[in-house]
Amino acid sequence: MKPKGLFSVFTVQEVRCENAYTRTLIFDSPLLDSQPGQYVMAWLPGIGEKPFSISDDDPLGLTIADVGPVSRALTKLTLGERVWVRGPLGRGFTLASHSHLLVGGGYGAAPLSLLAKRARQQGHPVMVALGAKTKDDLILVSAFSAMGCQVFLATEDGSAGIQGLVTGAMEQAVAGGCPETLYACGPNGMLMAVAAFAREKKLPAQLSFEALIRCGVGLCGSCELPEEVCNKLGIPTGFLVCHDGPVAAIV
Amino acid sequence: MADLTEDFLHLHLKTPFVLASGILGTSPSLMVRCAHEGAGAITSKSCGPEARAGHANPVTLAWKDGVINAIGLTNPGATEEVALLRETKKRLKYLGVPLFASIFAPTLQGFGEVARVIAEAEPDLIEVNISCPNVSSEFGTPFSASAVSAAAVTREVRRVVSLPISIKLAPNVPEIGDMAYAVAEEGADAITAINTMPAMLIDAYAAMPVLQNRTGGLSGPALKPIALRCVAEIASRVSLPIIGTGGIASGLDAAEMLMVGASLVGIGSAIWQDGPAVFGRIAKELGDFMDEAGYSRCEDLRGRALR
Repeated sequence: MKPKGLFSVFTVQEVRCENAYTRTLIFDSPLLDSQPGQYVMAWLPGIGEKPFSISDDDPLGLTIADVGPVSRALTKLTLGERVWVRGPLGRGFTLASHSHLLVGGGYGAAPLSLLAKRARQQGHPVMVALGAKTKDDLILVSAFSAMGCQVFLATEDGSAGIQGLVTGAMEQAVAGGCPETLYACGPNGMLMAVAAFAREKKLPAQLSFEALIRCGVGLCGSCELPEEVCNKLGIPTGFLVCHDGPVAAIV
Repeated sequence: MADLTEDFLHLHLKTPFVLASGILGTSPSLMVRCAHEGAGAITSKSCGPEARAGHANPVTLAWKDGVINAIGLTNPGATEEVALLRETKKRLKYLGVPLFASIFAPTLQGFGEVARVIAEAEPDLIEVNISCPNVSSEFGTPFSASAVSAAAVTREVRRVVSLPISIKLAPNVPEIGDMAYAVAEEGADAITAINTMPAMLIDAYAAMPVLQNRTGGLSGPALKPIALRCVAEIASRVSLPIIGTGGIASGLDAAEMLMVGASLVGIGSAIWQDGPAVFGRIAKELGDFMDEAGYSRCEDLRGRALR
């Protein structure tokens, strides 16, 4: 990492292939003082800047799916190429108990991997429920397993794990006993279902929202969580995902 | 305990603090959040005739002395905006907080058209943004660049709407007092000063500007001394009330802004540090300062540094 200007410059040290369109970039140095669930803005000069959750902090790791011009350019980077990073930004997850259930829908698995790492470092049992369209869309499954997490899978076509949504894998995970805290990241619809489940089980939950983040510093208002989502989840309205979140605790 | 309430034009505000235009967009819930945190009035993000997505990222960078941005006037277009403003106005009215609606346009006639549409939402004031520094590649030199064009926009908006209007001036002119005089002569009810200062930041490792738009508007602490100078010059030249905006981040900053002649104090980039809760902090700090220094009302501070 080069000395800090507006951005810190990181160099790609390793590229892991997660699936046909997703890569984890491992950089040459740690991202200091980061909390699981926080994010960074990654800038490729001349191409653009987008938000990415931190999938590992030491060294910095970003798991990036090719969904647009900037993320495509990032997934095509090779060893020795550089990325300009500002962050960590936003508020992340807090390990709030001694046993944990992590629920990730699609790319939502990325921030959960750093959370799982922190929990496992403290010796806590961690269950992870991951969902995706097909087996080929799942990411980070072996990474969670290698950390010693108990992994439950769901795919919409049934090509891996149970057939259906990630909420099914979540049900399966708790069948043998409920952990103390639930953490989830994924699309709003999935998070609403997870919140309903948490309420039913009286589990405290921390939800990480995905949003269109532009400024990253709470000024432009682009990433506001829709009012109806706030109202359904009991989150104060006017919630800025970039600054107040991306993680919100619900009870 | 110092009294922070403020009478401005026909309005009564609970505090002299105004959410500056362009901060937090236009969504009713975010505007209401600022009102709850202590904003005395709210300015919506500038709205133009057509919907605009704005510039690509990076659009905003916080650096050690402030913020630089080139969002690019992201807005839903005047017709959509009216519905948002109506809803915002309804909710703010319940809280006793006035709504100022900011508008921009690429042409002189456009200002009149947007003002006419936006007036349907019955905001408490229309703020006429003739000074956005970030769209010159599309719209040409801002209307704020000459007293003649600033006066022409004021005349056009004045002709179309009877609501109070405030003209938002740019700092990068040789004589901002002349600009204020010109818009006052055309019937402006207030002046908002200042907009951000055109600026550029370079990343040395990338060897290029950090903003996608290359240049942007400078705000935050670095802008404050420029804003204080501009407001002082305007207050010395015209008797219109001034919404003094630029780099205000503490109660003492706000006191300084009142002392150079501002009636209200705009708060924008300071939200970067504390979120909307910054309104409460600045209000408390201003109140503490006034108690300590023996001022009982904001008007006791007004123009004090100009004497």
